[in-house]
Order: sequence, then C-alpha cells, then structure tokens
Amino acid sequence: MITIEQRAEFRKHFRNNISRRVATDKIVKGIVFGCVLLAIIPLGSILFEIIRNGVPVLSIDFLTQPPGAVGSNQPGGIGPAIQGTLMLIGLSSLIGVPVGVLGGIFLSEYGNNKYGQTIRFFNDVLAEFPTIVIGLFAFAVIVLSLGYFSILAGMFALSIIMLPIITRTTEESLKLVPVSYREAGYALGIKRSVIIFRILLTSAKSGLITGIMLSVARIAGETAPLIFTILGNEDFFSGFDQPVDALPLRIYRLANLPYDSATAQGWGGALVLILIILSLNIGIRYLFLRKRRGGSFRITTGG
Amino acid sequence: METVKLKGGSPIFDKIFKIGVTIAGTYVLAIIVLIVIQLTTNSYQIWAQEGVSFLTGSDWNAVEGSESYGAAPYIAGTFVTAGIAMLIGVPISIGIAMFLSELAPKFLRSVLSFVVELLAAVPSIIYGLWGMFVFRDYIRDWIETPLNSALGNNVILFSGTPFGLDIFTASVVLAIMIIPTIASISREIMIAVPSSQREAAFMLGATKWEVFKMAVIPYSKSGLIGASILGLGRAVGETMAITLLIGNATGQSAFPSSLFAPGQTLSSIIANEFPEAANGSLHMAALIGCGLILFVIAITINIVAQFLVSKVLKTHQGAVLA
Repeated sequence: MITIEQRAEFRKHFRNNISRRVATDKIVKGIVFGCVLLAIIPLGSILFEIIRNGVPVLSIDFLTQPPGAVGSNQPGGIGPAIQGTLMLIGLSSLIGVPVGVLGGIFLSEYGNNKYGQTIRFFNDVLAEFPTIVIGLFAFAVIVLSLGYFSILAGMFALSIIMLPIITRTTEESLKLVPVSYREAGYALGIKRSVIIFRILLTSAKSGLITGIMLSVARIAGETAPLIFTILGNEDFFSGFDQPVDALPLRIYRLANLPYDSATAQGWGGALVLILIILSLNIGIRYLFLRKRRGGSFRITTGG
Repeated sequence: METVKLKGGSPIFDKIFKIGVTIAGTYVLAIIVLIVIQLTTNSYQIWAQEGVSFLTGSDWNAVEGSESYGAAPYIAGTFVTAGIAMLIGVPISIGIAMFLSELAPKFLRSVLSFVVELLAAVPSIIYGLWGMFVFRDYIRDWIETPLNSALGNNVILFSGTPFGLDIFTASVVLAIMIIPTIASISREIMIAVPSSQREAAFMLGATKWEVFKMAVIPYSKSGLIGASILGLGRAVGETMAITLLIGNATGQSAFPSSLFAPGQTLSSIIANEFPEAANGSLHMAALIGCGLILFVIAITINIVAQFLVSKVLKTHQGAVLA
C-alpha cells in the first residue's frame, strides 16, 4: 500500500524531473535559434555591404565602359566583364543544355539498370567536384592544344559545371510525369522517342527550365575555372582566339589591386553579379518552385 | 476512303534516339576519366622529378636552376582549414536543420529555407570580397587580438601577429560557406524521418529535444554524416574566398602552425601561382600535380558522402542535387 507521504515523494520527483527536462528543452531551442541567427547575420552583412559600397559606383559609364588604366583617375567600368559573362552563359548553355537534358532523359527513361545507376552516381560526384580542377582540365584540353586562352576554353569548363545540375533536374522532373501519360502514348502505338519529345518534355517543361536557370545562376558566379581558361583582359570581345573578361574574374582582379577606387569598383561588380544571381534565384522560386512541395532543387556556390 | 497516316515515329529513329541519350549520359563518365588522364599526363614531369617528395616535401622554389617542389604544407593547409570549418560549421548546420525541420512554425520554415538557399547561391568570390574588406577587420579586432594577447605567449595555436588574413579568417569564412550546404541536406534528411518515429516518442511524453535525440538523430545519423562529408568535400575544393583570405604563404612557412599565421591550400596555390607559371615548365607541372592531389582527395570524400546520403534518401524523392 502506498502511503500519502510516498505519493507526495513521487510527485516531487516527477515535478523535479519534468521541470529539468523542460528547462533542457528550452535551452536547446534557444541554442538552435541562435544557430539560425548566426547563419543569417553574414548574409545580411554581405547584402548590406554590397549595397552600401556598390550603389554609389553604379552609373551608365560603369556598366558600359572598359576598365581604365590601373591606378589612374579614370576608373572606367566593367562593360567587357558583363559582356563576357553573358557570352559565357550563352555559349556554355549551347553544350550544357542539350547534353544535360539528353543525359537526364537517359537516366529517367533508360537508366533503370546498373549502368544507369553508375552514371547517376558519377553525375552526383561531378556536381560536387572542385571547380578549380575542372578549370585545370579545360586548360589542359583546350588551352594547351589550341595554344591560346579563349572564351572556347571557358565555355567548355562552365558547360561541365552546369551539366550535372541540368541532368539531375531533368531526370527528377521527368520522373514526376505520371506513368499513365507514357502508357497512353504506348497504347496509341507511338514510339518511345516521340513520347519523350512530345509528351514527357512538354509536361516536364517547368522543371527543365528550373534546372537550366539554376545551372546558369551557378556558373554566373564561377571564378576559379576562368583563371585558367579565359584569362581575363580589359577589352570587349574581339574573337574566339582572344582572352575575354568575366564579371567574377574582374571582381577578383579588382580586389587584388591596392587602390580604393579599384575596391569600390569591385563592390560595384559584386552588386551587378549578385543582382543577376539573386534575380535568377527569386525568379525560379516564384515562377516554378512554388508549385512544388518544398524545394528539391538547390543551388550552390562555385569555387 | 482516305488512309490515316500514323505519326508515331519510326523504329529506326527510336533506336538512334536511344543510342544518342546513352552517349549523352556516358559523357559525364567520359569527362571524369579524361580529367584523370589529363591531370596525370600533364603533371607527369613533377612526379618523375620529385617522386614521393612532392607529397612529403615542403620546399617550394620556382627559380630556374634551383627548382624544387613539395606540396605537403598545402595538403596540410587544405585539411586544417577544412577541418576548422567543419568544427564550426557542422554543429551550427545541424542546429539550423533541426530548427527548420522540427521547431519552426510553418511560415518561418519556408522563408528560412529560402534564406539558407540564398546563402548557398552567393558566389565564392563575393564571400572573398566581403571577407577581405569587411569581416577581416571584425575578426581581427574582436577575436584574434584578444585571444592572442591573452593566450598568445603560452598557446602556440594563438601565437603570431593577428593580421586578419590568415588560416583562422579563411576557415571561418569557409564555415559560413559550407553551412548552407550541410544545413539544407540535413534538413531534407530529417524531414525524411517517418513521423511515426516522432509520434512514438511524443506519446511517451518526450519533449521536442528528447524526440530529436531519441527518434530523429538515430534514424538520420548516417545521412547527417554524409551531409557533413559533402560539406567537407566542398570546403576542400573551395578556391576564391580562400585565395583572397589565407595570406598566401609558400614553402616551409606555409605549414599551419598557428591559427593566426598566413597559410596556403592546394586550391589557393594553384590560383595564385598559375599566372606566373610558363606552359610546359616544371612549375606548371607542379601546379597541375597539386590539382591531381586535390582531385584524389575530393573524389574520395565525394564518393563516401554520396554513398551515405543516397542510401538514406534513396526512397525519398529529390535525392541530393548539387
């Protein structure tokens, strides 16, 4: 028989126990919330500094003129860099998009076997590769064999970086198309290739565009591979056998110059670059990802 | 009566198409194989010249006639910066993932996930610029100088002259850069834990932290380790921010001895010295050799990570995308 005293004792133990556990729970919640704040502070600081330092530099001249002589009173602009970045995006997409989409089709429609699994695995591995290694590779393959730095080498390197992203998003979005669509096609006697082109790619269009935009946002900020491939210069595009400039590369060069005017221009370049990347990101978010549950597509920084 | 022409496609085109997409899929594999071949052949010169001492030596002299190359300090620098970044980044990332998957109210969840993904989208060069002109001053004045004046004479880790461009700054910025990667993958892995696991723990009267500890962690452990290793892989290959922040020492002095001394990583030495190296020179071969070492480290880390993460997310749609 439990006495009243014993019961009171149990109750006391229970209360002590529960209050200790609730306290631990509260402390952990506090720490975890602190972690989130810790991650947001750098983002806030980066955006704040870019706007604070970048906006005063912005002008039509800054966006369209070539850079002035180093250290002179004529700071010039980042026109060639913007042109180079846009050209690089376009040219890399010429290789990256078709090969990536076809690779995605392979993984989704013909990849349900050992070979497909291997490709899928190495595709994921390539997606996480240090981009500087890809830059060295493009240098060895294109620059050394052609004998000059050029936009061609840059486009080759960047296409390798965008490829795995497009392949993976294409595969994921094709897999979201209901099997019944495919079966309906087969029932009509349509060949597999036509089903893929006419039915699957049309239904998976928004996923495909998301993947392409994600990969573009990714390569727009790539710097490391460009050092070995396009080299960078001060002029507008002048041929496929000449070095070209690009926005991230220009920021890197400006950051290394010991002049305040160069640093200010670096911030201006960073503002333009981050505007391009953020608008791509937010655009994707609002155009396409909102329809999905959560966001299974992710973008990451480059080397 | 008119005959109906079927537009179903020809069987020959079907076959060609299948071959075409198979080739496109194989392209990825071919690229990886080609990377190995190209890096090996283009760095052959340095392996022939230095042999194993390229891995173990610490001399780095590009002056013609007395050329000597050893990558050991940079290999050490790579692991030290990545290791410190992991020490700082992993606990914070797991915390963020826990908040996003277990605690946050619904509206905060999507907003914060988006913010974390934006952090991941900021290019490396911008982290470098920010680190060099903004963060460096804060970390030097608020963390490095106090630590150095309090402990610098006794603890070798904090010795040296805090300057702001050193191993510590580079590692902290690296941590900031890998947090979004680890956090968002960890979040996905935690979401993939069946809610019946959580409900069972809640039913026993567990608090949220206890649920996390008893139900979520054991279930997602290997995935969380995989996510962290994926972050490690990214930290190892990171170039631009490190190049701007690490201070770029070469040779013996690049060996990481103090947190507040300049260092060098495999990727930063390549980015820094590449413009000075002539094509076909031993110097260039040495830099490509560094690239090959980096490749081997990165691919090993990545294969382990992909294996762990994909095992956990196998049934979960979306898997891990770069």
